[in-house]
Amino acid sequence: MTRACVPHRRRWSRHFRWPLIGAALGLASCKPAGVLDPQGPIASAEWLLLVDSTAIMLVVVIPVIVATLAVAWWYRSSNTHASRDTDESYEGRVEFVVWSIPALTVILLGGVIWIGSHQLDPRAPLSGKSKPVHVEVVALDWKWLFIYPDLGVAAVNQLVIPAGTPVEFQLTSATVMNSFFVPQLGSQIYAMGGMTTHLNLMADQPGEYPGLSANFSGDGFSWMRFTVKTVPAAEFNTWIEHTQAASARLDDASYAELAKPSKNVAPITYRLGEPKLFDHIVDQTASSPQNPTVGGAWCPPESPAGG
Amino acid sequence: MLGRLSWDAIPFNEPLPLATGAVLAIVIVAVLILITVKGWWPYLWREWLTSVDHKRIGVMYVTLGLVMLLRGYSDAIMMRTQQAIAVGSAQGYLPPEHYNQIFSAHGTIMIFFVAMPLVIGLMNFAVPLQLGVRDVAFPVLNSVSLWLTATGALLINMSLVIGNFARTGWMGYPPLSELAFSPDVGVDYYLWSLQISGVGTLLTGINFVTTILKMRAPGMTYFRMPVFCWTALAANLLIVAAFPVLTATFVMLLLDRYLGMHFFTNDGGGNQMMYVNLFWAWGHPEVYILILPAFGIYSEVVATFSGKGLFSYRSMVWATLGICILSFMVWLHHFFTMGAGANVNAFFGIMSSIIAVPTGVKVFNWLFTMFRGRIVFTTPMLFAVGFIVTFVIGGLTGVLLAVPPVDFVLHNSAFLVAHFHNVIIGGVVFGVLAGINYWFPKAFGFTLDERLGHASFWCWLFGFYLAFMPLYWLGLLGMTRRLEHIPDPTWQPLLLVAEGGAILIFCGILCQIAQLYVSIRARKQHLDSTGDPWNGRTLEWATASPPPPYNFAVLPKVESIDAFWHMKHEGRASDEHAYEAIEMPRNSPAGFITAFFAVVMGFSLIWHIWWLALLGFLAAATMVLIAGWSTEREDEISAAEVARMERGRLGHRA
Amino acid sequence: MTPAIQESASPLPFGLMHEHGGGPASKRIVVAYGFWIFILGDMVMFSALFAAYAVLSGNTAGGPTAAELFNLPNVFIETMCLLVSSYTCGLGVLSAERRRLLPFFAFAALTFVLGSVFLIIEAREFAGMVEKGAGPSRSGFLSAFFTLVGTHGAHVTAGLIALVYLVIQVIAKGLQAAVLRRLLCWSLFWHALDIVWVGVFTLVYLMGVRH
Repeated sequence: MTRACVPHRRRWSRHFRWPLIGAALGLASCKPAGVLDPQGPIASAEWLLLVDSTAIMLVVVIPVIVATLAVAWWYRSSNTHASRDTDESYEGRVEFVVWSIPALTVILLGGVIWIGSHQLDPRAPLSGKSKPVHVEVVALDWKWLFIYPDLGVAAVNQLVIPAGTPVEFQLTSATVMNSFFVPQLGSQIYAMGGMTTHLNLMADQPGEYPGLSANFSGDGFSWMRFTVKTVPAAEFNTWIEHTQAASARLDDASYAELAKPSKNVAPITYRLGEPKLFDHIVDQTASSPQNPTVGGAWCPPESPAGG
Repeated sequence: MLGRLSWDAIPFNEPLPLATGAVLAIVIVAVLILITVKGWWPYLWREWLTSVDHKRIGVMYVTLGLVMLLRGYSDAIMMRTQQAIAVGSAQGYLPPEHYNQIFSAHGTIMIFFVAMPLVIGLMNFAVPLQLGVRDVAFPVLNSVSLWLTATGALLINMSLVIGNFARTGWMGYPPLSELAFSPDVGVDYYLWSLQISGVGTLLTGINFVTTILKMRAPGMTYFRMPVFCWTALAANLLIVAAFPVLTATFVMLLLDRYLGMHFFTNDGGGNQMMYVNLFWAWGHPEVYILILPAFGIYSEVVATFSGKGLFSYRSMVWATLGICILSFMVWLHHFFTMGAGANVNAFFGIMSSIIAVPTGVKVFNWLFTMFRGRIVFTTPMLFAVGFIVTFVIGGLTGVLLAVPPVDFVLHNSAFLVAHFHNVIIGGVVFGVLAGINYWFPKAFGFTLDERLGHASFWCWLFGFYLAFMPLYWLGLLGMTRRLEHIPDPTWQPLLLVAEGGAILIFCGILCQIAQLYVSIRARKQHLDSTGDPWNGRTLEWATASPPPPYNFAVLPKVESIDAFWHMKHEGRASDEHAYEAIEMPRNSPAGFITAFFAVVMGFSLIWHIWWLALLGFLAAATMVLIAGWSTEREDEISAAEVARMERGRLGHRA
Repeated sequence: MTPAIQESASPLPFGLMHEHGGGPASKRIVVAYGFWIFILGDMVMFSALFAAYAVLSGNTAGGPTAAELFNLPNVFIETMCLLVSSYTCGLGVLSAERRRLLPFFAFAALTFVLGSVFLIIEAREFAGMVEKGAGPSRSGFLSAFFTLVGTHGAHVTAGLIALVYLVIQVIAKGLQAAVLRRLLCWSLFWHALDIVWVGVFTLVYLMGVRH
């Protein structure tokens, strides 16, 4: 709570006087959430990096803002106390300082960027107490399909994972580009048709976290949200068993039905009937002609269009 | 016969766009009738529509930008309102298919038809004057550029009433913008209006690079050019190097849509990431095409109103060129979340933050220019100080977004929206408004009302903070951009604050309109008879306000930077000269007519009316052939006439 | 028409930084310079198309590959036509500048014929590919191929139209300054197309057949 709000409030009140009402309202909705309330190692590290980088820059930025306002005010033409020198326009030593301050800041930040990018590479596997869970994610119009190929289940708009266990995601899209994002667990990554991206995340504690698509994908985009349920390992196993026993089967045929556009879809669970479903979806998106109405003119009828 | 066009294209069942369109149509018809009744057509045609004078063209560009600002702003307030009320179980007043058009149009219009015309307009007006020459390198081409830009603006506004606009966001990422997912005319409106105006922008780039490198007053070496000319040079070099990439990218998307090709499709071996890469290979330089001239304006304004030369001119120039080159090496920071390796992300992250070095140098130089100066707080100077304070915050959040792991949690969020509005409003818009207030007396011969100018500044400044600081916070709370419905009710208070900020910005716009009205009415009191109302430093202040068609009766001899300042100090500013006859390029309807045919062509291509598109293309091509046949026609202004105009002005100054 | 430029020694390392202090340059220099900048922009556009081809060249989507489609001897003839036409174009402009009309017309005609042969070979190649079911909508690779090579072809077509138009201007108006300026620009354009074609020949055809 406090950690989240303090830098923000400081930045606000420093350079304006009256929209304090706004600040007050801001504080009212200052309940930790989203990026401000990290719940896993990746999200925590990214939040820390955000705070550190901001702090490094504020060391320069705050004095610059103060100096700008002070200089502008003091040297106003009506101030009779100011001593002026309107001829001076160049000073070598000052110029050296002027280049070095931002340069040093950026060198420092450059180090932070290099180390941070490598430590928090989305592809880098995480180590946890137990064996990683493998989840395949498919972005559909406008819902998320989560496939657990090793565990034989699948779910729509609901991602159940064990707490304290690394999760390896493989992502693709059966439609337009989307971005898979759970703010409280960290790193988002694009899900793109015909391609596979990789992401590793972990949640520390049991809890429920909102997830969403962060890349605009059409009319149902705002509703393309899901819940991440982080549960203790034992409960996770129960969930798997229960789902395998009690859910409908997901295979190529029922997937085709599911893939039709729909929005604001309540969570559904499936027993996985086709373990290679994810690979089928990647291939299918890359090969099936999605706009058969055009392009015919360029290919004579005897040759098949679009492989 | 009419392709896809039918009565269904008019949204009879959707009252909002229909009413807006109807009001727009009525206003346009009323204006046309007024012009006809008053008999202003000959004047308009002769003095404006066919004018090849860079000053007139600059004024028309700025007018276009300001009119489109109103359109872009109304999109903005509609979005803000929808987000403020469509929370939880409420659906708001806009269905997604409308809302998605609105934010797409807002971005497209604000970048291409507000920011670009405003920046290009000010360059048009000021650069030749500052260089001490009589016109740009290719005056007729300049008019073609203007009218092609206007063509794009017209097409995009037609989509309001006939058909619809893209629902893909202003970047038009495929495969969403492919035929499979956007089968209607929206994306075609987007693509053709930007293709046509893009040609105009490229021609502007060519024109200004040539002008600045090859047409300068005697004695004006590169390192005696005003900083605004340097930034204009950098921006136009970026136009020449970046806009063709956008053209090629859009050609590929058009071929996908019109001929079923597979550049960016999911299927058939297309690669959607290639679009994203190519788009931002243009898109990042584009940011600097907009901000660099604004930096130039601030440099002029801060130096003039501090009564001092710019601190460390050479640093300023090298910083500008540094930004110009670096801007081509950072495009990947727009999609760190694509899944590239850590080395690639780290490289582009570091390159992006390096841009903060020359930018920081500029900030310090403005600061040291003000230091020990005699600062007069005119409206332009207020905008400049407001800019410095606001822009460093935008710079901070920008560098933050350049740290790849931080971008992983802030990409595409409201934080990002707040960041780029922070640099575009706090940087480009403030700069343009400063520039308009600064050069207005030069263009029209009277100054703008200061009281309303100040009021407008404070509204813009506080409006900006109120509208966008909450968005930074919302981004941290996990709100993503382009939401038509807000899932989390606790975000509503902040969204209401943002709405209030947007309304305050509108007050700023109203103040500007009032400022214009009041100043025009009281122009006798605000008259600037000297041509140098601000005690200026650069050559544009050496001639009359408004400048005569030929700008300078005798091209000034430049012996240092801040040439006019030194002329004044050495008492050379009011020297009498022996005048000679001056030849100026004659008016040309080529630009206006070409643009007319471009509208016909663009519209028919959007609606698949192939025969008309071909006709439009052939007619436009014929115009090019005609322009390529004629020998230059020039009008002569006699020596006696020049002497008469010049003595009148110098009399005032003495 | 006298160039009004006085170059002085520059304290800066590269050519861009010439300190020229003599006022605005002559019309001839300004026009040629502006046209150069235009060609620069055109090159940037081609480089985007080249980049697209490089990215998509392997994406055949199960369709024909470059090695199966390209006929090098044909392309070699094409290339020679264009290279020689660049030479004849240069000779043509030189004759025009020396006010020798007859050689100018001869070289212009030769250039036109060579350019047309180039276009005919290219058109036949395209038609053959479409007939084989290897049209531009067959795969990402073919989309990129047709667009890159086709854009170059469109430029050559525009160049030929401009050449005819300029020859008409020479006939109608004689070799006056404005016409000579346009001829100069046109030859810059024609040479630039040659350079692009060398890139196409190497990157598309030679490297395509090798794979």
